[in-house]
Amino acid sequence: MSAPLTPQDVLDLLEQVKDPEVPVISVRELGVLRDVQLTADGVEVTITPTYSGCPAMDVMRTEIERTLHAAGIDRVTVKQVLSPPWTTDWISASGRAKLEGYGIAPPPHSADIRALKGAAPVVKCPHCGSTRTEMISAFGSTACKALYKCTDCLEPFDLFKCL
Amino acid sequence: MERSEALFRTVLRLGDNSLVLGHRLSEWCGHGPQLEEDIAQANIALDLLGQARNYLTYAGEIEGKGRTEDDLAYLRTERQFLNVKLAELPKGDYAHTIARSFLFDAFHLPLQQALTKSPDERLAGIAGKAVKEATYHLRHSSEWLVRFGDGTEESHRRAQAAIDGLWMYTGELFAPDEAERTLIEAGILPDLASIKAEWDATVARVLAEATLVRPADGWMARGGKDGQHTEHLGFLLAELQYLPRAFPGAQW
Repeated sequence: MSAPLTPQDVLDLLEQVKDPEVPVISVRELGVLRDVQLTADGVEVTITPTYSGCPAMDVMRTEIERTLHAAGIDRVTVKQVLSPPWTTDWISASGRAKLEGYGIAPPPHSADIRALKGAAPVVKCPHCGSTRTEMISAFGSTACKALYKCTDCLEPFDLFKCL
Repeated sequence: MERSEALFRTVLRLGDNSLVLGHRLSEWCGHGPQLEEDIAQANIALDLLGQARNYLTYAGEIEGKGRTEDDLAYLRTERQFLNVKLAELPKGDYAHTIARSFLFDAFHLPLQQALTKSPDERLAGIAGKAVKEATYHLRHSSEWLVRFGDGTEESHRRAQAAIDGLWMYTGELFAPDEAERTLIEAGILPDLASIKAEWDATVARVLAEATLVRPADGWMARGGKDGQHTEHLGFLLAELQYLPRAFPGAQW
């Protein structure tokens, strides 16, 4: 690269790294990518897991390294932090729109405290837009999703659950 | 007991509780009573496994002998595991699994909540992740306990039998050992009596809704915190540790 590398260049490159389980949304849009620092030892990327046991973290780490290596950045460190804990509020507006387009209802905002307290949040069906939906199970196809069904179009769908 | 030794044993126990219970719950994977529950138990097991990884990694760092999370999970014998006995009991029927999870979750959630305020930043950080997961776990086990207790005659009978049979394993949750006492005095670990008060309130509320009777407190089993386990833990570890024991140093 001719111009000196900036953190923004790295962020732009990392837009290519997707959530391996929801491949339409990038780690940046998901809020898993927390920070990029340029240090004397190269590029340091900080990520945080969605859930303690998120099995996608290792894949994301490897993909971040591979992407930056492919762009000619040799020295890459990927650091994982737990604090502050990830929240679904960190999913960007574009990320939420992409989730919905992919057939996954985006999470209710945690400001809607009912969600974490257990009362049923209003969930819109990502297929037909109806809000007449009901939860089948609080635990869906991955740790971060719940299983819902729409009582209008009758299709099942995943909800990215509030955390 | 030295503060660092107390912290090592306590963090190890936090990891062991999650690891052992997580392994028990994973035994339902492919065997759940219905598909949604099969998936739910696998999800909860994964959360617990993730918590265990965080706690065991930290325990290894406190010890300072270079042991990794894998070394601690796979290369210790049963006497070196410090989990409470409640976590290691066999999964039993589904009412038994739900009752055990409920009795544990009602302890685990307030403990993790209190740990988020610990002056030990690593502990607070790990608990900060775990607490959100534990909220979902307690809700799940509570809902199912109510469904069984307030369900059919048969489901009620099984749920009550499970609560009765498990009751003698609940005392150990709130009986601090020397390591825990050291950390409670240092303000790093919450007073287990305050956790017990929250547990009592949750148990009273959910058992009432489930039309189940709280058993009288009698003799309580102890020893898990010192590594003296039921005969069930050895069998669990035999399965859990099979691969790294059979193929030392294997990478996968």
